[in-house]
Amino acid sequence: MIEVRSISKSFGSNSVLREVSTVFEAGEVNFIIGRSGSGKSVLIKCIVGLIGVDQGEAFFDGRNFTSMDRADRKAILQEMGMLFQGAALFDSLTVKENVLFPLKMFGTMTKGEMTKRAEFCLDRVNLAGKGGLYPSELSGGMKKRTGIARAIAMNPRYLFVDEPNSGLDPETSIVIDNLIREITLENKMTTVVVSHDMNSVIEIGDRINFIHNGQLWWKGDKKQVLATDNRELNDFVFPSEFMKEIRENLRRAL
Amino acid sequence: MLMRMAFSRPERGKVYWRLTVAEVYKLGVQSLGIVALLSLFMGAVVTLQTAANIDSGWIPKWTIGFTTRQTMILEFSSTIVCLILSGKVGSNVASEIGTMRITEQIDALDIMGVNSAGYLILPKIIAAVFIFPFLVMISMSLGITAGAAVGTSTGAISLTDFEIGLQYYFDTFDVTYTLIKTLFFAFIITSVSSYHGYYTRGGALEVGQSSTRAVVYSIILIMICNYMLTQIMLL
Repeated sequence: MIEVRSISKSFGSNSVLREVSTVFEAGEVNFIIGRSGSGKSVLIKCIVGLIGVDQGEAFFDGRNFTSMDRADRKAILQEMGMLFQGAALFDSLTVKENVLFPLKMFGTMTKGEMTKRAEFCLDRVNLAGKGGLYPSELSGGMKKRTGIARAIAMNPRYLFVDEPNSGLDPETSIVIDNLIREITLENKMTTVVVSHDMNSVIEIGDRINFIHNGQLWWKGDKKQVLATDNRELNDFVFPSEFMKEIRENLRRAL
Repeated sequence: MLMRMAFSRPERGKVYWRLTVAEVYKLGVQSLGIVALLSLFMGAVVTLQTAANIDSGWIPKWTIGFTTRQTMILEFSSTIVCLILSGKVGSNVASEIGTMRITEQIDALDIMGVNSAGYLILPKIIAAVFIFPFLVMISMSLGITAGAAVGTSTGAISLTDFEIGLQYYFDTFDVTYTLIKTLFFAFIITSVSSYHGYYTRGGALEVGQSSTRAVVYSIILIMICNYMLTQIMLL
């Protein structure tokens, strides 16, 4: 479980996050949704420590990550996996070497065990036999799947995913979404996904946090998203007349 | 602060060792061609220029060999070669690290708990400080050899006179001085370029700007350092 308490962040005079507090439960896919520029990516980066916060704290199973020194943070960082928006694969390494990377840096396994683990992770994301390819030879979906394989290599307790479906076609997006959900359930991980893809939210989201103007505007589950009267959330989820019509039909069905 | 992070204890020594060996190849061995080409031509041109400018019969012919030796050892092979390497290696390092920054690869290292500054910068600094002195020694040898070859083949000087010039008043400290300068220059090139790459923000345009800044600042610092070291060590 990850608990976020009153996180605020400004860049100069631009206040991006204002006193955001929420809880991300273990074994669930927790979404952070919001418009572009609403502060959702900044929030996830503040939680994992890539951006320093002005105020507030993030607790990982009761451990105050924000106030820890570098050495203590390292232990928690090794319990985290993250899939970046562009996958952030190391260009000079092959797919398999990318997955092996965290194992080689921090793992206590033998060479054979590391290879076995990397092959298992690649197999898990349906990339068996593709380990020898370089990132430049992969499609967008394959890059994301490699990113997931690398993120789960160390068997993390916390998985962070930034815009998993950006640049992917709807079919590939569903594959990635399902993979995130399956891995979360298999490993009982606390998964936090930043997205503005409502299809993903409805497909695999357990808890949803809606960020608006740097504030946590609304939180609930996916059924509540469809039924809520929150105007800003409705404008985000159902932006067009066509979508509004769908919402009315859904409400009648619910 | 970046240098303190870069020089902090490596997570896994074996991984860093492999990276350092790879950087020795990339920064050093792959620069051998350009260093050799420039040194050969510079040695040849210095010999021809000196020969062409000695009109007086009072100046002995071996001055040509002496001048070639001093030019190559004292300035060309260390300072000029390192200025050229700041263009080749500096822009390479800054753009590589800068691209890793804008494509979130450095964030990926940080989130794994890897000291990204140490992982990316330390092997480059160690590799350059190790391999650049060898490049400089190769440059000296090739420049002087080319000078001798061109001087004798054009009839400007006999090989015997050239050898006398090479040996005349030779002080081994000159080689020590130039190698010490090279160590400083190697550190400047890799650290300045890494700094500009590491703190790149934005996109492809900014990577290009970082790369340019890395080369410009490296050149300026090399010139200042060259002046200071020369004053400290030779006067």
